[in-house]
Amino acid sequence: MHNIKLVVSSSPHIKDRDNVTKIMLSVVIALIPTVLSGIFFFGLKSLIILLTTISSSLITEVIFQKVRKKPITLRDGSGLVTGLLLGLTLPPNLPIWMAVVGGVVSIGLGKMVFGGLGQNIFNPALIGRAFLLITFPVKMTEWLAPLDGVSAATPLNLLKMQGIKTNYFDLLIGNVGGSIGETSAIFILIGGLYLLYRKCIDWRIPVSYLGTVFIMTLLLGQDPIFHLLSGGLMLGAFFMATDMVTTPITKKGRWIFGIGAGIILVIIRVYGGYPEGVLYSILFMNGLTPIINRYTRSKIFGEVAK
Amino acid sequence: MYKKKRLSFKGGIHPPYSKELTKSISLEYALSPKVVYIPLQQHIGAPCEPIVKVGDRVKIGQKIGEAKTFVSVPVHSSVAGIVKKITPLPTPTGSKVMTVIIESDGSNEIYEGIKPKGELSNLTSKEIIEIIKEAGITGMGGAAFPTHVKLSPPPEKKIDTIILNGSECEPYLTADHRLMVEYPEKVVFGLEVIMKAVNANKGIIGIEDNKPDAIENIRSIVAKKPNIELAVLETKYPQGGEKRLIDAITGRKVPAGALPMDVGVIVNNVGTAAAIADAIQKGMPLIERIVTVTGNGIVQPSNLIVKIGTLFKEIIEQCGGYSGEPGKIISGGPMMGFAQYTDEVPVIKGTSGILVLKQKDAYSEVEQPCIKCARCVDVCPVGLLPIKIANYSQKSKWDEAEAYSALYCIECGSCSFICPAKRPLVQRIRLAKGEILAKKRNK
Ligand code: SF4
Ligand code: SF4
Repeated sequence: MHNIKLVVSSSPHIKDRDNVTKIMLSVVIALIPTVLSGIFFFGLKSLIILLTTISSSLITEVIFQKVRKKPITLRDGSGLVTGLLLGLTLPPNLPIWMAVVGGVVSIGLGKMVFGGLGQNIFNPALIGRAFLLITFPVKMTEWLAPLDGVSAATPLNLLKMQGIKTNYFDLLIGNVGGSIGETSAIFILIGGLYLLYRKCIDWRIPVSYLGTVFIMTLLLGQDPIFHLLSGGLMLGAFFMATDMVTTPITKKGRWIFGIGAGIILVIIRVYGGYPEGVLYSILFMNGLTPIINRYTRSKIFGEVAK
Repeated sequence: MYKKKRLSFKGGIHPPYSKELTKSISLEYALSPKVVYIPLQQHIGAPCEPIVKVGDRVKIGQKIGEAKTFVSVPVHSSVAGIVKKITPLPTPTGSKVMTVIIESDGSNEIYEGIKPKGELSNLTSKEIIEIIKEAGITGMGGAAFPTHVKLSPPPEKKIDTIILNGSECEPYLTADHRLMVEYPEKVVFGLEVIMKAVNANKGIIGIEDNKPDAIENIRSIVAKKPNIELAVLETKYPQGGEKRLIDAITGRKVPAGALPMDVGVIVNNVGTAAAIADAIQKGMPLIERIVTVTGNGIVQPSNLIVKIGTLFKEIIEQCGGYSGEPGKIISGGPMMGFAQYTDEVPVIKGTSGILVLKQKDAYSEVEQPCIKCARCVDVCPVGLLPIKIANYSQKSKWDEAEAYSALYCIECGSCSFICPAKRPLVQRIRLAKGEILAKKRNK
């Protein structure tokens, strides 16, 4: 016995098998249908954009960690998720160098300046997209018609500027103009359901976000189904607003997050100058998350209501 | 009576239970040890004073340590033989305790004072509580709080319900399970004794639904007893936590900071009830207990009836020894048990299991940054924010940790278990609790 080295650590002595890398890979798996539909509708150029944002994100992460002499943490998969999500929110015809900038900004400004994984307040992919939108407003709003590759407008634009409504079926499968990964509601939904099944996201956020948009647009006399299916809402509701790091940790907080984002989205879409509002609605609620967390602590067991 | 609905609580986890290793293995007596090491403090509360000297001859069941205060229980010899030494030695809970070392003479002679206590109906509540104290009985589920203290609520607290905890929610352990399968009458009798002791008219035995044979056997006995019920609980950790159990079974919520008796309930472990039954029916004090010896590091996992004071090493040898190099030896279950430095520690009253893990399962993974997934929040049965408390603890911000209710953490370990970033959450919360309490004492 005396020459045996026993590990002495405090309980618990067993751990769940899930880990950060597996969670991140689940997100990537959940995005595969969306990626494939994007490539199908908008051509190989979209695949190149996705690979570009992924590699520039990963390289940026490594450079930051090397410079700061921190351990390289590519293996956690979070950089991959950010790069992929960013790529999916970009127009299929964006110049490649702009996609590179997007990846650098997402990781650099969106994540590393806050101290890396888990420390950032805003969704890094959306930070990257917001930066591109502000810096390159023209290129970032040039859309392609699916399959034939001529330029076209998004359904939200068509509605806002010309009052044209796209039919539900095209919206559902993604046969419309838009960012690479945001057009196909049905494929996004499949991935979202997988994440729910894997318990990687909380149903409360997509339900409250989409539910709020539905009810508000209905009350304002708009077509709620159209709003749910168009623009980046589906992708946002299942893959952006559910980002663990930047959303509340309490259940009540998640309801507030979803409802708040829904209200902001509808206000932007209906009254604002932009046709789309997903990006800002989520970033805004990201900013409120620390406060939401503070005020939504649940009662502890047996605590009497004050 | 039998409740159909599966009862449960909010939060909790479903760890791999690993009970198949031992759940169908019948109880067996461990070989009688040659030497026993009996610590004079095996419970929560004051240590006992030794009442034997080196060279004295003692018999089985003879008292060797006397409890001098109310929150303490006496200690008895588990063998007949000669006291060899009285010296401080480590116990499985990590502390060094004055220990009486007795060398058995193999005669197994029983102390003259050991006599059945007669019919339960002839005993008063006071007498029962005295018998329980004198028998040295403590909670057998792990915490080892003196049972007679639990059964002596202040007079203004009326107890109407006694719950026996047979959930055995810790993975791997099957000691309570086998007890309920093989000695259900003992468990039920013990419950009746407790009910009489505190004058409660209702008894409920709660069992998790992963033990159908135990449920069946207990049910067949309580069917004839109108004032005792069986409650089938969902299999979920930590179902056996007192407050969770009371909530699941009776719907009563024990307020934060209060005790079960404040809602008219006392909870005891089924093993404790069986020990009480022995104290009344045979007059035998607590000198042996059921220990589940298990894990992938053991050749032949078993459920053994072990004399208090037997070294882990001897028991492990009887179970075929180690299979491969042991990586970790745990006293108790994997969720709340204590990792040991050595296998030369004795089984004490609270030792429900000896779990040996192979080396490959003994190392913890590297900690990663928190991704705020909130799984720790979702599983906490108390409704705490483990991530917050642990973060404050890491930064030594004890006041903030206290503001986040750190002191109410029951240290079940569910948060650490579930964390995908492998963060040692409960470990940090424990540290914060210690600091907060130390600060309070110094005020
Ligand atoms: S479970 Fe771990 S990673 Fe998730 S929020 Fe809690 S501490 Fe952070
Ligand atoms: S914080 Fe305490 S009570 Fe809550 S899960 Fe962690 S160990 Fe259990």
